[in-house]
Parts: sequence; structure tokens; C-alpha cells
Amino acid sequence: MQELERLVKMANQIADNFSLHDDAVERTADHLRRFWAPSMRGKLADFEAAGGNGLNEAARAAVQRLGPS
Amino acid sequence: MNEIRLKLKDLGTPVRIGEPVSLTIDGKPVTVAKGTSVMRAAALAGISVPKLCATDTLDAFGSCRVCLVEIEGRKGYPASCTTTVEAGMEVRTQSARLDELRRNVVELYVSDHPLECVSCSANGHCELQDVAVSLGVEDSRYGLGENGYRNVEKDHSNPYFAFDPAQCIVCYRCVRACDDIQGTFALTVDGRGYASRVTAGQLENFMGSECVSCGACVHHCPTEALIEKSLIDHGAPDRSVTTTCAYCGVGCSFHAELSGERVLRMVPDKAGKANEGHACVKGRFAFGYATHRDRITRPLIRESIDQPWREVGWDEAFAFTAARLRDIQQRHGRDSIGGITSSRCTNEETYLVQKMVRAAFGNNNVDTCARVCHSPTGYGLKTTLGESAGTQAFNSVAHADVVMVMGANPSDAHPVFASRLKRRLREGARLIVVDPRRIDLVHGPRIRADHHLALRPGSNVAFINAMAHVVVTEGLEDRAFIEARCERGPYLKWREFIAGEQNSPELTERITGIPASDVRAAARLFATAPNAAIYYGLGVSEHSQGSTTVMGIANLAMVTGNLGREGVGVNPLRGQNNVQGSCDMGSFPHELPGYRHISDPGVRGLFEQDWKVELRQEPGLRIPNMFDASVAGHFKGLYVQGEDLAQSDPNTQHVEAALRGLECLVVQDLFLNETARFAHVFLPGSSFLEKDGTFTNAERRISRVRKAIEPLAGLADWEVTMALSKALGYPMDYAHPSEIMAEIARLTPTFAGVSYAKLDRLGSIQWPCNDAAPEGTPTMHVDEFVRGKGYFAITGFVPTDERATRKHPLLLTTGRILSQYNVGAQTRRTHNTHFYSEDVLEIHPFDAEERGIAEGDWCGIVSRAGNTVLRAVLTDRVQPGVVYTTFHFPSSGANVITTDNSDWATNCPEYKVTAVQVSKVTEPSEWQKGYEAFARRQEELLDKARA
Repeated sequence: MQELERLVKMANQIADNFSLHDDAVERTADHLRRFWAPSMRGKLADFEAAGGNGLNEAARAAVQRLGPS
Repeated sequence: MNEIRLKLKDLGTPVRIGEPVSLTIDGKPVTVAKGTSVMRAAALAGISVPKLCATDTLDAFGSCRVCLVEIEGRKGYPASCTTTVEAGMEVRTQSARLDELRRNVVELYVSDHPLECVSCSANGHCELQDVAVSLGVEDSRYGLGENGYRNVEKDHSNPYFAFDPAQCIVCYRCVRACDDIQGTFALTVDGRGYASRVTAGQLENFMGSECVSCGACVHHCPTEALIEKSLIDHGAPDRSVTTTCAYCGVGCSFHAELSGERVLRMVPDKAGKANEGHACVKGRFAFGYATHRDRITRPLIRESIDQPWREVGWDEAFAFTAARLRDIQQRHGRDSIGGITSSRCTNEETYLVQKMVRAAFGNNNVDTCARVCHSPTGYGLKTTLGESAGTQAFNSVAHADVVMVMGANPSDAHPVFASRLKRRLREGARLIVVDPRRIDLVHGPRIRADHHLALRPGSNVAFINAMAHVVVTEGLEDRAFIEARCERGPYLKWREFIAGEQNSPELTERITGIPASDVRAAARLFATAPNAAIYYGLGVSEHSQGSTTVMGIANLAMVTGNLGREGVGVNPLRGQNNVQGSCDMGSFPHELPGYRHISDPGVRGLFEQDWKVELRQEPGLRIPNMFDASVAGHFKGLYVQGEDLAQSDPNTQHVEAALRGLECLVVQDLFLNETARFAHVFLPGSSFLEKDGTFTNAERRISRVRKAIEPLAGLADWEVTMALSKALGYPMDYAHPSEIMAEIARLTPTFAGVSYAKLDRLGSIQWPCNDAAPEGTPTMHVDEFVRGKGYFAITGFVPTDERATRKHPLLLTTGRILSQYNVGAQTRRTHNTHFYSEDVLEIHPFDAEERGIAEGDWCGIVSRAGNTVLRAVLTDRVQPGVVYTTFHFPSSGANVITTDNSDWATNCPEYKVTAVQVSKVTEPSEWQKGYEAFARRQEELLDKARA
């Protein structure tokens, strides 16, 4: 699995696991902020900005909420 | 008597707890707890009663009849070991008649015992010899008995100890130790009178029997009829160093007994609170790896991995390494290098590695092997309870009424704890085992699980939710506890969630494969117990929802009120000797020591001030991310201390590609391991026998590691890290590991009260240890949780991507075996290979028959990640549809087939769920052939350096 592919999968996974919470997007963003290196967040943010095909809805929203790293 | 044995005072019978009882012994007033034996009471008063069958780690037996006493008002001469004290009792331990009786008994023993004491390996440390000498018995008027045992063959089948029946006095200590301490019941006494003989199994030798080589029989033998072969070969030890085992997370305390610089044996320490005088085959006997011929004792460097190694001095190695790492950072950026701490090295050493990465490398790219085992425990317990650690001490299990063991196999992976657990089960505690496989605890000698819930791999969260669903919907929750101790809002949200039909046993049955009625029965048993405890292992954490399951376990404990006292709790069985410590010491890329987030300015400022360097405030890369970044071309340097990623991490081919992508891989280890085959620098490591420091076990117990021999390579691991850091331009200046611990204590509130002086005084300390708990904390969350109120986390089930398909219809799960340890680097270099010499594939007979596979056939195991070949063992321990293997031998390629699926929160690999197909084959896999060739080539390159 390539690096970006893994990052997308991880982000989707995180979002899926927070899906039962009302604030799932915020929790996902917070998780990325607390546990992911800036380089990882940056790659995902660039990917999202370029279309982000493959990110689920909540993960995409979380990445947007994070902004550029 | 040998000086070493003098230190190990034996009080005759075990301690008892109870109301005080006063009596007199030989005119001396003595007060002891009710239930104490007269023998022990006398010993506590400084009066020694001769004995042979009694020892204070075993219940009294009363067979030898040597320990007779006189008690005023009582007829006869009762055995002091089996007679308990009574108020006002008057005991005489000395009289002419008692001497006569004792001499007569000992004379009978001597009449049936070889008297070549001078040439006996036990000379000087034989209890029969000691008692005979003290009573003045030098020979026997009866002459030598009809001792056919002189001609009975000695049993040398076990690689570590020998049994000589001629030396045996049939005191039953070995049998009792095997029964009561170890719980294996492998020994018995066959025959009667002179024909009595200690026998293993069904008249087998030790190796052919159920004996697990824990050594308890050897340890308890008074005459050394059972004796370590090392003592036969090398004589008696002349000094002893108390230290801590470097194998599993139990952290047994041992006396390393040496003759000069040769370690002869490891004797379990009775005062060790983790093990209380017990051990397993690994810690007890498998220490030979420390001085194995494969040990590398000089630094090695090379420009690239296809070149021969070059032996160099330490200074050149440090200079080479530092120059390479700095050059990489110059060209690829500060974040292009990182470090991995060891879960086998000491707390002090781990602390230094993470300090070097943060302060000298200038980034937070540090991680540890907990990433691949219990990182979900850290996340899950921190979220729910507020601290990333188990809640109890091991001895808490003695108060449990119901024990649930989930995704763990303590008989193999934490054997000394398993012995405690089995003892409690024999006393009547009930057991629920949650495991796809029928582990030994399900049905063993004198124990049987009330429920074996053989769930399908990948369904843990569905199961744990179903348990909690039963508790909540049947009104079994502990409302008072929840009200007093837990956050109300989250509880109510969770309660609504868990009560939903989707979490019922009836609807989750199709996911877990466990009949609903079984789940309901188990949940009721758990919830209605006065004390119910949960013990879990990697079968919980190594899943795509490992963190979620841990939170589910914590939820179950909270909703039933099973936290904050003895006999209950959430107990992660941490695998390695210092994986807990490694996490405690700040090895994760997002946390400083004490589990405090790197972004917290107050915490970061504390370290910046002490370390005199500015620290990055963002998390660094985890191990899987380092691998990805290397394959992608922007991570180029890695320092690995005491870890073998190439063997232990999943998706071997990806790991190898990542390691090949590095420009500077530095491996610090004892042997040229699988990871070192890809290295450019090899720094020889030091074993636990060669250094001072501390380990922290699964019960948060910090114990001393003490140097018994000088480091073979000249430097201990902490000294190596210090020197490397200095070469990088960040000097660290510690004269002794105690100074490192002093710094840790200064900067880490949970360690604030820890010091080497206190460790020496108390023996060990369970953190937190600070002003609030100056002698440590056996049980956590007593009055409140570390986070204040407990948090009920919503644990929605998200199925793993890894599922059985037409192409891969079976699910592979992995585990460990007793005699081998993790990647096997240590145990494969000991006689433990006699017990287990290759990884095999356990397959159900139904699945095997469908595939034309017979016992012992080679099987190809194919997953979407790769394929490997193992021999088949047909067994119904595994359910149809599930196969199982271990990963102790690198040539097995177990991780060639595991995937890079991982836990959503922590990236802990999903080792326990891999979809595979199995078929009969006739040759090794391509990877295995390639591995053999690569390994052979690397050995040749090493040999050139040593030539």
C-alpha cells in the first residue's frame, strides 16, 4: 500500500469509528491533530484540496476543518 | 551451609493472615497470626525446628516426621508444621526424647540414601545433610537399605535439570510444587515404601510428560535429587545478584547465581512480588543466549548492505553514525530520521533514546514496539479511565470470584501469572474464556472454564457490546458505582447505544458465532459476581478495532462496578519485560514521559528547561508511517534499539522494502537479527545481565535490574546511546542509571517518588509513586479515576476489511508458545529449542481433510499480502474456518502473510485476522527461498568482518 493510500484509509477508518457521535467530524479532526505528524496531515490536506477521491464524507470534512498543516 | 542459601531463610510453612495469637515456645513468648503453624511461629522467634518436607512456599504436608515437638497437655509428639498455634499453647522444641525421635527418623532416611557427600553436586547445600549434621547422624545402624534406586536410571531427558531417584527422600515437595504452585500436576509418587519413586506423567521421563520445565520441583528439592545440570557441570555458585527477568511482562524477580563471571542458574526470588518465588522455563533456565557464540561484541559499519561488515572501535562507529545521520538531515530535512526504543531495554535506556530523538535528532519521530501490541491499551484506557495502564497488582486475582480472560493465553505467554490464576480457579473462582482457540485454561488439571466463548476473529467489539447489552437490559448494572464514579452524560448516551437491539446477543450471534444463550449466561455470571476481573491480551488489541474493544472492556468493568478494589479490574497482560516501561518513558511520537501530550506547553516547557533545548510541539511519525515514508523516499535514517522489526512487524515485504530504502539504518542489538541484515551500523547491545537499570512490568511494578557480569561489548546500552547523542552534538552526562531515574522522577509526576534507594528498600514500586502514594499504588482508581469520573465510550462495531472470501476462506490468527519468546532471538539460542523447534500451522481436521492435508504435511498459506509454508498440525483446538500459528522462527515468514490492516486509533497491526487459503505443497515459498539466500549472504558478510 502506498503512503497516501494508507493515509486515506486511516482517515476513513477514524471517521467510521466516530460515526456514532454527533460531533464525529470534530472528533476526527481532533484525532488527526493529536496523533498525526504534520507531514501526514499535510499530505492528506493536499490530497483533499486536489479532489480527495476516496475520502469518506466525515473524513473529508475533518481534513477541511484542520486546514493546511 | 552454603553462604548463598543462608540468605534465603525458610520459615517452614506459608504466612497466614489473621487475629493475633500468643503462645510460648521454649519459654519464649511469641505472638503470630491465627492459622500460623508452630514451626513458623518458632522460626519467627528465632528458634529453628529441624525439617525436611516443610518449606514456606508450600502448604504443610507432615510426611517427614522430623519436625516433632512437645506441647504441654497434649499426648505424643505432633509435627510442628501441621500443628497450628493456639492461645496459651506451651511448646518445647528441644528435649532428649525429641532428639532421639528425630535422630531415629533421619537415620532411616540416611539408611536409604547415597552417602558419598564429598563427591555429590549437592554437597554443602543439601537439607538432608544439614539436618543429619545438626542431629549428629553420621551413618545408620541399619546399614544401607535395599536401595534399588542405585541401579535406577537417572533421568537426563530435560535439557536443563537432572533427576536422580537415588537421592530422593520422597518428601513430596516436588509433587506439591508442581500441583500447588505451578498447577500442572505433572508429578506423582509411584509405589510405596522403599519402592516409592517420584514419577513424571504416566511413568514417563520428564521430557515425555506434561512437565513444563518451570523448575519449581528443582527449586524445592531439599536434597537436589532434582538439580540443575549447570551445577553438576560447574559446581556451586559463589555469589548472587538479584535482578529482574528480561522475558515477559510478568517481570519475575530472580537471584542470578554465578561462579566467577559464569552465570550458573537463575533462582526465583521468594521476595519478588510479581512472582513470589515462582518462574517459568524461560526466565528460570533460558539465560544462555546472553553468552551465546552469536553475540556480536564489536561495532560494525558498512557503506551499503551488500558489502561486508567492517569491525571498528566504538569511537569510529559513533562518528560514522552521527555523520551519516546529520548528512541525511542536511539533504532530506530534519524529519527524515527517527528512532525506535526497545521494550526489552531498561526504563533508563528507553528514556535516553526518546530524549536523544527529541533533543538531538530535533524531531518527535520516536516510537516503540508497543505500537504493534498494546498501543490500543494506552489509547483505550486513557480515554475511559484516565491512565494508560492496568488497574491491579497480579495478586489481586486471589480475590476474584469470576475471571474473564479475553484474547490472552496466559499459560503460554504469562505463565507465572497463569499459575496464580489457576490456583484461584482451583479455590472455586469461575472462568470465562473468550478466544477463537481452545487455550489450555479452558480445560486443564483441576480447572475448567464455565464458558469458552469461541468467537470468530474480528468480532471482539460485537461480543463485548453484547455482554454490556445484557448487563444493561437485564438491570444488572451497578447503579451506585456509576452514579458516584462516572460521568453522567456520556453514560446515558452510551446506555442508550448499548441497549439497542443491534448489540443484543441474538443479533450479534451472526457476527461472533457465539450462541446468544452462552453470551447471556456469561454476562450474568460476570455481572452478578461480588468481584469480577478482566484479563486481556493481544487477541484484543491487535485488531482494526483494538482500541474500541479496550474501551468496551473498560465500559463493562465500570457498568458492573468492578474497579477500584482488589479482585476486579481491567488487566492488560503486557507482553514484553519492559513494554509498559517503554510507554511510560515517552516512547510514543505524541507523548512525553508520563503520557503527557507533546503539544502541552507546560509539560513541554518542563522538559525544554531541563534538557536545555527547544522541542517540537507536533507529533512525530509512528513506525508504520516511518516505513511508508521510507518507501516514498523521504525518510532515510533510523536508529533501532533492541527491536527486530523485519521479523515482528506485519507485511514483511513492505517492511523489507522500507528498510532497504534507508540510507542509514543503525541497529543496536545482541545478535545480527533480521533487521540488522539491512543495517549500515551495528552497535553491540547488552543483555539484562550486563547492566543496571529498571524494568516496569504489566502491573506497573518498577523493579531493579542489576549488573551480574560486565558488558561483553564493553558498554551498556545506556552508555551507547549517551555516546551517540554526544557525537550528534547533544551531550548527555550520566555516571550511573540511577541518575537517569532521578531525572525521570524529577520530570514525571507518576514517578516522582521513585529512586534507587527506595527500590532497594522496598524491593519494587508500583507507580504512581509520589507524595500522594509514597510507597506506590497497587490498585488504581480507588476513590476516583485518574481522569476524575470514568468515561463511557461509544463502541460501535465496524467490521474489519479483512474477511473470509471465496479466494481466502480461512482466517489466520497468531500467538505464542511457552518455551519460545516473541521473535525467538533469545530463546532460539538456548536449549528451549528442544521443546519447540519450528512454527507450525494448527488447522482443524475438517479443513485439513477438505484440502487433503495430513498431520505433518507442508502447507502453503496464502493471503493477499504474500505466502509462506509451514507444517500442519491437525487439532480441534481451533474451530473450523480458523487457522493458527506462532512467529518465533524468522524462516517461517509468519508476517509475510499478515496484512497492513491496523487499529483505527493507534495503527496497531491486525495480526489476529488475516484471510488465507491453505493448500498442500511440496516446497518452501519463494519468499522463504529468498530469505534463506539473503540470510546466508548476510552471514557470509559478517564472517568476513570477523575473519
